[in-house]
Amino acid sequence: MTSLLSLTDITKTFDNGFKALGPIDLDVLPHEFLSLVGPSGCGKSTALRVIAGLLAPSAGMVSFPSGKPETAFVFQDPTLMPWASALDNARLPLDLKGVARAEANARAGRALERVGLGGFEKSYPRELSGGMKMRVSIARAIAAEPKLLLMDEPFAALDELARQSLNDDLLKLWREDKLTVIFVTHSVYESTYLSSRVVVMTPRPGRVAADIALTAPENRDAHYRLSPEFTAQAAKVSAALRDAMSEAA
Amino acid sequence: MSALLKYAVPMALGIAVLALWEFFVRHFNVPVFVLPAPSAIWTALVENFASLMASLWTTLRVTLEAFALAVLGGVALAILFSQSRAIENALYPYAVILQVTPVVAITPLILIWVGYDRIDLVLVIIAFIVAFFPILSNTTLGLKSADHNLIDLFRLYGASRWQILLRLQLPTALPHLLGAMKISGGLALIGAVVAEFVAGSGAATGLAWRIVEAGHNLEIAKMFAALALLAGLGIAIFSVLSVFEWSLLHRWHESAVKKTS
Repeated sequence: MTSLLSLTDITKTFDNGFKALGPIDLDVLPHEFLSLVGPSGCGKSTALRVIAGLLAPSAGMVSFPSGKPETAFVFQDPTLMPWASALDNARLPLDLKGVARAEANARAGRALERVGLGGFEKSYPRELSGGMKMRVSIARAIAAEPKLLLMDEPFAALDELARQSLNDDLLKLWREDKLTVIFVTHSVYESTYLSSRVVVMTPRPGRVAADIALTAPENRDAHYRLSPEFTAQAAKVSAALRDAMSEAA
Repeated sequence: MSALLKYAVPMALGIAVLALWEFFVRHFNVPVFVLPAPSAIWTALVENFASLMASLWTTLRVTLEAFALAVLGGVALAILFSQSRAIENALYPYAVILQVTPVVAITPLILIWVGYDRIDLVLVIIAFIVAFFPILSNTTLGLKSADHNLIDLFRLYGASRWQILLRLQLPTALPHLLGAMKISGGLALIGAVVAEFVAGSGAATGLAWRIVEAGHNLEIAKMFAALALLAGLGIAIFSVLSVFEWSLLHRWHESAVKKTS
């Protein structure tokens, strides 16, 4: 299968000489759910920004063999515009692309419904809980029907219940829309639950320490979180992460 | 109950102070050219109502024109600064110099340049200089305060500079601008009054000149009446701008959130 995107020999050194990333090689296939796992400051977020085109790599190449896909980005903070309603926030990508207002409203409204926020169209961010704000942020990401969804520790600041329910909703979106997701996290359990593949990174400058394909049932739920299959795979990811840490030390 | 307290207490205090003032002046027979009683001030206000209102209107017009120019000019220049670092570096020091130079010291110069026959224009220019800087400074800060991740998001979706300015930077700067407007509204009034004190002498017809005039004639009650009108004007400007700020921010901004506990 042709990969959706390839990173070839990517390094990123910041102007102050800080070596954040690489060299790193990575191929991402269509409809993969790929998690980047690693210790804090290992360049996971930098890698995501390079892929998004928000940051130019110092060396190496990002290529998209079948053209640059429609890309969406979800940050660790909901990053909403406080002066705009949930609907107006979700509509942002469509507004910026010049989609006609009526159609944009309909599509943004549908995106909000899909993340479980039907009825909250007129609410302002300050009227919503942390989990709901993150849902608006995800609605905004899917409103423009992206192929590639980049997520930078999106659920790190949420409580466990909100996090698990968002995990399940994200998997549903991934399945239904045939999304390719690159998901940065430092949680072994979250990456194991969500991903079809986990890439473990070394401490900075981040390189690929392990590339682990996971097998998980199509429909994951609370039972799967407690199953022996899940535990075994989480142990594998955890061991790889420990190796990556000790190798560097 | 809390609303009653909020308005009733300061009002009761005001009435008490006025009553005490009236009593003090009458009891000790304070001469009217030292401190007139509130009742005398009221009488002076009624007797000179037509001329005082004409002067109030002049001062109000100068203040509003200067304020409008300050808001338009300040926002326009701040937008220019946000678009070009070079322009900001080139012009900002001069904006600061204009701000820190005591405006009273510039007034005679502007008076000579513009001419005694266009005294209102002189007043507007001085009031503008006084009111301009807070708008420029705060709006510039606001335009720069846009969330960096949101800017990245806008770029990811191919937004133009214009779209980023209009949809992200200007709304971010709005609370800063509204705060600056509350300061500048009062400053424009101060500028209009100070300029008239300096420029004064016959051609000026605002409230400041009424005060100078009344002082020369030892009509202290009239002086107080003009002073009261000036204070009232300042309060009115501040109130209108506060309501304006509330109407634009109360739905979304943290400053307008009522604590529920």
